[in-house]
Amino acid sequence: MQIRRLPSGGRIDRETPLTFSFNGRAYTGYTGDTLASALLANGIGVLARSFKYHRPRGIVGSGAEEPNALLQLGRGGSTLPNQRATQVELHDGLVAESVNCWPSPQFDVAAVTGLFAKLLPAGFYYKTFMWPQRWWHTYERFIRRAAGLGHCPRAPDPNYYEKTNASCDVLVVGAGPAGIAAALAAGKSGARVLLVDEQSELGGSLLFRDAQIGGDSGDVWLQDSLAVLRDTPEVTLLPRTTVFGYYSHNWLGMLERVTDHLPDGDRSQPRQRLWRVRARQVILATGAIERPLVFCNNDRPGVMLASAVSTYIKRYAVRPGTRAVVFTNNDSAYLSALDMQQAGVAVTAVVDARDNPQGPIIDAVNAQQGIEIIRGAVVHDVLGHKRVHGVKVAPLDAAAAALSGSSRALDCDLLAVSGGWNPTVHLHAQSGARAVFNEQRGCFVPGQPVQSERSVGACSGEFALKPSLDAGAAAGADAAREAGFKPGRKRTYKVQDAEQGPARLVWRIPARTRVSRAAKQFVDLQNDTTAADLELAVREGFRSIEHIKRYTALGFGTDQGKLGNINGMAIVAAALGENTGGPGTTTFRPAYTPVTFGAIVGREIGDRFAPIRKTAMHPWHEAHGAEFEDVGQWKRPWFYPQPGEDMRQAVNRECLAARNDVAIMDGSTLGKIDVRGPDAAEFLNRVYTNGWSKLAVGRCRYGLMLGEDGMVMDDGVSARLAEDRFYMTTTTGGAAAVLGWMERWLQTEWPHLKVHFTSVTDQWATIGVVGPKSREVLGKLCSDIDFDRDSFPFMSFREGTVAGVGARVFRISFSGELAYEINVPANYGQSVWQAAMAAGAEFDITPYGTEAMHVLRAEKGFVIVGQDTDGSMTPADLGMDWILSRQKDYIGRRSLARSDCVRADRKQLVGLLTEQPDQVLPEGAQLVDDAQVTRPVPMIGHVTSSYFSACLQRSIALAVVKGGRQRTGDTVRAPLADGSVVQATIVSPVFYDPEGDRQHA
Amino acid sequence: MTQSRRTKYSIFSLARNAFSHHENWQVVWRSPPPQKSYDVIVVGGGGHGLATAYYLAKEHGISNVAVLEKGWIGGGNTGRNTTIVRSNYLWDEAALLYEKSMQLWEGLSQDLNYNVMFSQRGVYNLGHSLQDMRDIARRVNANRLNGIDGELLSGTQVKERIPIINIACRYPVLGASFQARGGVARHDAVAWGFARAADARGVDIIQNCEVTGIRREGDKVTGVETERGFIAAPKIAVVTAGHSSVLAEMAGLRLPIESHPLQALVSEPLKPVLDTVVMSNAVHGYVSQSDKGELVIGSGIDSFTGYGQRGSFSIIEDNLAAIVELFPIFSRVRMLRQWGGIVDTCPDACPIVAKTSVRGLYFNCGWGTGGFKATPGSGWVFAHTVARDEPHALNAAFDIERFVSGALIDEHGAAGVAH
Repeated sequence: MQIRRLPSGGRIDRETPLTFSFNGRAYTGYTGDTLASALLANGIGVLARSFKYHRPRGIVGSGAEEPNALLQLGRGGSTLPNQRATQVELHDGLVAESVNCWPSPQFDVAAVTGLFAKLLPAGFYYKTFMWPQRWWHTYERFIRRAAGLGHCPRAPDPNYYEKTNASCDVLVVGAGPAGIAAALAAGKSGARVLLVDEQSELGGSLLFRDAQIGGDSGDVWLQDSLAVLRDTPEVTLLPRTTVFGYYSHNWLGMLERVTDHLPDGDRSQPRQRLWRVRARQVILATGAIERPLVFCNNDRPGVMLASAVSTYIKRYAVRPGTRAVVFTNNDSAYLSALDMQQAGVAVTAVVDARDNPQGPIIDAVNAQQGIEIIRGAVVHDVLGHKRVHGVKVAPLDAAAAALSGSSRALDCDLLAVSGGWNPTVHLHAQSGARAVFNEQRGCFVPGQPVQSERSVGACSGEFALKPSLDAGAAAGADAAREAGFKPGRKRTYKVQDAEQGPARLVWRIPARTRVSRAAKQFVDLQNDTTAADLELAVREGFRSIEHIKRYTALGFGTDQGKLGNINGMAIVAAALGENTGGPGTTTFRPAYTPVTFGAIVGREIGDRFAPIRKTAMHPWHEAHGAEFEDVGQWKRPWFYPQPGEDMRQAVNRECLAARNDVAIMDGSTLGKIDVRGPDAAEFLNRVYTNGWSKLAVGRCRYGLMLGEDGMVMDDGVSARLAEDRFYMTTTTGGAAAVLGWMERWLQTEWPHLKVHFTSVTDQWATIGVVGPKSREVLGKLCSDIDFDRDSFPFMSFREGTVAGVGARVFRISFSGELAYEINVPANYGQSVWQAAMAAGAEFDITPYGTEAMHVLRAEKGFVIVGQDTDGSMTPADLGMDWILSRQKDYIGRRSLARSDCVRADRKQLVGLLTEQPDQVLPEGAQLVDDAQVTRPVPMIGHVTSSYFSACLQRSIALAVVKGGRQRTGDTVRAPLADGSVVQATIVSPVFYDPEGDRQHA
Repeated sequence: MTQSRRTKYSIFSLARNAFSHHENWQVVWRSPPPQKSYDVIVVGGGGHGLATAYYLAKEHGISNVAVLEKGWIGGGNTGRNTTIVRSNYLWDEAALLYEKSMQLWEGLSQDLNYNVMFSQRGVYNLGHSLQDMRDIARRVNANRLNGIDGELLSGTQVKERIPIINIACRYPVLGASFQARGGVARHDAVAWGFARAADARGVDIIQNCEVTGIRREGDKVTGVETERGFIAAPKIAVVTAGHSSVLAEMAGLRLPIESHPLQALVSEPLKPVLDTVVMSNAVHGYVSQSDKGELVIGSGIDSFTGYGQRGSFSIIEDNLAAIVELFPIFSRVRMLRQWGGIVDTCPDACPIVAKTSVRGLYFNCGWGTGGFKATPGSGWVFAHTVARDEPHALNAAFDIERFVSGALIDEHGAAGVAH
């Protein structure tokens, strides 16, 4: 039974009733309801318990400001924590549950904490739980269990999310009267306009306030205006879309709720969409949020914002109570009194803090039967526990510092409160501007804009309808003009709007006793922050509003203090003896309302988290059982286990094939950069340590690239294709960074050099054919290149036709064997690979992966940058002084002369042989001279690469050791995590073919 | 100033004050007007500056000290970080300095008589590639030999210990290092706790007092110009993360520092779902859950330099992609609040805690993204450096000269996030 539903009226669709459940019981509501309005319609008063004291709580507001009604929606994987019932559109089958209470919000065991409330003032946890020291972890477990709100889902998200980019001339945030007037004016000029509103229905205050605009009712004007906007081609209306963040350069983030209002199961559309918007001009028409008043027990269920009461009555046809008192300091709540009276709620009194309120609205209420206006008085306490039973009213003295007479009690089950209005200046402040306190209006209003932005309507502090409409129209025209369009004539609106009198600012209603001794006066309902807490913080010496926020948790809730912050600031100002605006606000940070992680992520997870790069031969590797290794974004074959083989057996087999016969590997992932221009050689001279001017066309050279600090950064072989053209290779992982590095130097330091770079990594497939029989395989594949030892020597390249495809063949070697690298356009990669496999079949050609590649190069003592180096190794540390030109300058050269770079005890690359030939040292093992000393144990180096070498029939390792090259033959020790210590002897890092005969074969 | 008597915080003092309705609590720290001169002026009232002042008074008996803060104490990076504390750094110099800090953390609440909520819930640093795992193994081995706890875990072990993690992600979790003594602390409490303890020992904490100039006489300092007039001191200790270069310029110095935005965010509060700290360097994200229930999330710096305390939203997008990739169940959780700070980064991702070429002028800066965990240790060694006019053995390597000599301490790998 929707016992509180009005028989008629509202903007709900009574033809489509909906069923939902709350705390396990079934209820009904209507399409157009929010979860909050449906719960109120069903007479649900208590739906939550407060965070700290577990006091019963009900619905206070009707929108983003709601602090209490945070519910868990849905079960299982798709459960949603902390959903604000006032912003959740009701749909069929919705399941909602209370959190932070057990067994129910009606009866909550944890409410026992209320008994200890005196021990729990603001910041109590900083003062205790310190003894004994090791118990904090235990205390903390209980604190954590008590804290938090809803439950995180336990299964992956069943929905998906989307992102979209948009640009517009004028972005209008908020589709209330001012925003609509702005969009009409801007839209008429032909400007591209986005009109965005967080609600399901556009209209703002017109959805709950009667108005007369241009002779029509507010609703007629609204529908007509929206029709005009829908028909304007360059105008886009976006309901259910919240602008959550205003960033630099007029870039705004918006969240569109696409399917949240639909029953579960519709997965054909994204759940939500993140809009990334760049707007030439922004018009903020975000309205205002009504301010509550701070008095004793002001958190009792049934204490609501007056505007929320009106909203529930007018928009949702719900009567939130039967017998009401209004407590206000301004005129607007009188309208709520009239709304209630019309809806059959018996309004017994309007308690007005002002001594002599005047004006047409007051007169209208005065004319109603049965409503007593109690002037110069305040509600200073609330009776009732799980529901308001009544209020205590007493006169307020002139200074608003004390109650000046005796109290009288009034019966009611609903208290509609209004302490004035706070303009929603959040986005204005996020843009970098500073809101300023306006004493006259009693609120923060926008200050000087710092981006292309203007505020109109209630969010600018203008609460009356006509000036809001006129300001909206003017702002729309101005924004369009500044965006380069010609708006028409200035438009003004004819509005029948009852004039409102001034408010009386009262920030904290005095109690019968000091605030520290009175019943709780809540400022921030969600965090249970009271006026006493704020005054305690001031008493303890906190002055900055930021400190007080942090100490008392004021405004730290999921509502980010939309209701409490300004009252809190004013109470602090009074306690400090400052002007009301003195302490200022805390920083308004994004997001205005919380934004789903999934929407911010979009589809960029799983396989789309980072591009998966595969070489042209990838399908072949997969078909032949390769295990893959992630190297940067690339998937590289790691090894190719045959049935029954483990990794070590496979790698041994692959290595032996390369050493004894012939093996083949996919080297396509190496970074490849085409360096072209008259200054190409000069450029390489500067970024590589060795000289490139004299390299003959057709020859290759190994190069080492250093950072400015002289440390090894990248390496690779480059070939001179022509006098003005090089084909540079980089490490797989470093390709993008090296290109960026080169561009940076060219563009910022040497713009006069005539050279340019093109990444050709993806354009070429690289097939390494390695081993004593590689020449024979190449001979079968290619007839137009002479593979003779002398006519195609080591470190040179030839162009020719391989397996019918134009190719560049390089005679270079990373294994120390006779080897060729065939480069063909990537599209031919797989077919040439297969041709090579066929040609090598008679030699039992063996594909090998990165692991065997690592073993082969380690046997030769070739380093891998990033594995054997770590950003702290100079070329000399690697024993590569030979590659440092003395004839020219290069990046890093100057740093190599620094005193620390020429120390004798620098870590140097060495080889290690374990005492036990079978024992493979773990990579990353630290080396010490003496493992028996107490910690910290002096470390002399570490193992960078370590393998079992099949061809040497023993383990080998590369390591860096302090002064290592002078210590050949010494024994070092590697203490391992399991407590064992491995002994090894320092040797040359070249374990195999030290003369290098094989690669020259 | 003499040491003032302070009520000891405890459950008993709470109960006692409850009887008087909490009307008799003393101020946490005084806010005195500045004197004309001090023995030491600490510029910057963040955690490091306040810790410096505290240890100057406690360890070195120098209590005629002012901490000058341009805004409110702890309002810079102390109040903006993701509160992670660990000491598992790679190089000896860094590891021993951070370990000193860790040891101070372990008794800090008791030492300060202020609960800084240091929670040793453990820190995982994930590895996503074979090279990550080599680096992690190397670091864990080094940590253990340096007497710092560390464990090397496989991907399966990570999954067993953190069941909600997705190890089969785009860059699979191959393993992790785990430091059990690592954890998180309540950042504001650190500033307030040090402030209260320093104040109790006579240190003047002066907020809203921006330093606008550093006065020199020849090669030595004589004091600072401030919004509230000149204040003399023979020793000036500058700890102004985010604006170190600006302060250096006032003294005619240049520092090898770049200042970048660094962003962080929190989710709405949730019931306990993650009981440890998870960091991933390779996919750029780190996450823990605060006592209040919020997921506290951070990532790498914005690549541009600036003093704006604002970053680009794209960093947040990439950051959350990494977090949701690792924890798919967080997809439906919502971002409550995001913010930015400014970090001063040195070329080697290690700080400068040192004397300068100007006599009596000391700098403590360049902590990059990792300053919070160092707070007590940084203050401890810096106090020593200022008091004795020479560095402690633990910070001797962190001088400015290293950028000339080349004796860098390259901690990019262990700094946790990309620079």
